[in-house]
Amino acid sequence: MSTTTVETSAPVPQQSVADTPRRRARGRGRRGPLATLASHVLLITASLVAFFPVGWLFFLSLGPDKDDYLHPGHIWHTMTLDNYSFVLQHTSFFDWLKSTLVVVAGTTVIGVMIAATTGYAVSRMRFPGYKKFMWMLLLTQMFPIAVLIVPMYQIMSDLGLIDTYLGLILINSTTIVPYCAWLLKGYFDTIPFEIDEAGRVDGLSPFGTFVRLILPLARPGLAVAAFYAFLTAFGEVAFASTFMLSDDKYTFAVGLQSFISEHDAQRNLMAATAVLIAIPVSVFFYLVQKNLVTGLTAGGTKG
Amino acid sequence: MTVAIDRATGKRHGDRAPRPGLGRRIKNAYQRHWYAYAMITPVAVVLGVLVLYPLVYGLYLTLTDANSLNTARTIGVNHIDATYKFVGLDNYKDILFGPTAYDRFWSHFVWTIVWTALCVTLHYTIGLGLALLLNQKFRGQTFYRLVLVLPWAVPTFVTVFGWRFMLADSGVINTALHALHLPTPQWLEDTFWQRAAAIMVNTWCGVPFMMLSLLGGLQAIDASLYEAAEMDGASAWQRFRYVTLPGLRSVSSTVVLLGIIWTFNQFAIIFLLFGDTAPDAQILVTWAYRLGFGQQPRDFAQSAAYGILLLAILIVFTSFYRRWLNRNEQQLAI
Repeated sequence: MSTTTVETSAPVPQQSVADTPRRRARGRGRRGPLATLASHVLLITASLVAFFPVGWLFFLSLGPDKDDYLHPGHIWHTMTLDNYSFVLQHTSFFDWLKSTLVVVAGTTVIGVMIAATTGYAVSRMRFPGYKKFMWMLLLTQMFPIAVLIVPMYQIMSDLGLIDTYLGLILINSTTIVPYCAWLLKGYFDTIPFEIDEAGRVDGLSPFGTFVRLILPLARPGLAVAAFYAFLTAFGEVAFASTFMLSDDKYTFAVGLQSFISEHDAQRNLMAATAVLIAIPVSVFFYLVQKNLVTGLTAGGTKG
Repeated sequence: MTVAIDRATGKRHGDRAPRPGLGRRIKNAYQRHWYAYAMITPVAVVLGVLVLYPLVYGLYLTLTDANSLNTARTIGVNHIDATYKFVGLDNYKDILFGPTAYDRFWSHFVWTIVWTALCVTLHYTIGLGLALLLNQKFRGQTFYRLVLVLPWAVPTFVTVFGWRFMLADSGVINTALHALHLPTPQWLEDTFWQRAAAIMVNTWCGVPFMMLSLLGGLQAIDASLYEAAEMDGASAWQRFRYVTLPGLRSVSSTVVLLGIIWTFNQFAIIFLLFGDTAPDAQILVTWAYRLGFGQQPRDFAQSAAYGILLLAILIVFTSFYRRWLNRNEQQLAI
């Protein structure tokens, strides 16, 4: 590589020689003022695009009339927090909050617990059927919801689990467990298995090794899995829309849709609810964001 | 028992010994691996009950003519037994080759492919561009990163409604376009613009993940490689082409695969953006959902058949992708 570049760039030495001193003086990784300006302009544009829809939703939530989104100019004079107090006092907001919390917490706890044992088993042991099992975990992750939703609906209605929290928790787990198991396997792989051996030599049972040595060491990995489960379960739309039928059991994802029906569209209330939902989740997301990204990409890298 | 931990070599001990009888082998395997099996039992049970059983059951449904009028149901105190019957592969035949198969399946199929290809290309190029910009050292970098992640931080089901307000006929986007004397398309009514709107919203939602993953990949590239390239007189483009892109390869192959699967399966955006109003802008996933739950009578059998077809497409695609990666000697990071 290097030799060819030298040869090909040889015919044009003047340019690069003229360039070199300036670039050297500037140092690596630094650009001229023009390039910096260009990056700032691009980044500011991108930031505006990223921010605008969210900011707009917030702005609309301050307008008192449900058609204010068509003439946003009005909102400046009539700005009010009435929508928020109305949502908090006269809608099922707190019912939805409760259902969302129950479903999300249930999914996170059950999903991560099951995924941790599985992840450990596949990280530490090679057993007959290992490859098939991993392949199945991988496959399950890419199931489109359309594959399971119909048979699930039939099974759940046979079992009487439609419109129950347990039903939704179990269904959410199907999407979360396989992914978390992969993620945690990646994390367990980074814990040297000399630690397991030391535990065994010191007389711990295999299960004791897992619970008392590995789980505490894997806390960051478990946290990432839990964040992932939390955010996925929170944002789940399809299953919740299909399986939750009564208004007081709606999760936020379903409840928010209920503001717009065929007959009425309370867009101002919807915007206010959306903001109320978005703020805590986004704050949480920002707190865990860094771990999440490393977990999502690097966490699973040990195929 | 102790042999179970033998991950370094991946070999099972005792393979070289003369083969004992079947009973002995089962007993040995049991003694050696009972613990591993015990550990995966919960997940095997859960996946078996929650995934495999529904999958098999779904496969069975696709071979029947089940819909909401002939499946078992309870109305008040009366329980009505299922009366649907076995029809073999008729559902698949009807979906793929039946009359109006083009309108029902193939047009959605083509649109799904276009949708996936366009969205992932946009996600990746915009994400990479922003990651490169963010990877420089300058003031305000953290601030930009925090703002740019916002579309990912706010749940999709919330932001889609923000977009719906903006894209409405006389919403803010059309008002702005009108003020600039540009045409004001009917984003939520006209098929072409519905599709454009869907791609736009999905791109907006999907870029941050790509950006952050690629930024992580960029930061992991050894800085001395750039120094060496610069010493050798490589131009900025050459550094990008021969240092940055190869350095990103393993991250890229993972996020592109994830992106393709997620976009192909994307449900929430199209479902929430259009509701029941856009039959032609539905991708296969949302179309299958609509058949099974968005119409009366609900056509469970066809919906399930769509699901199986979708899964088949994804499996074929993934195995080709893996093979292609293997040929290029890359390890897929999943």
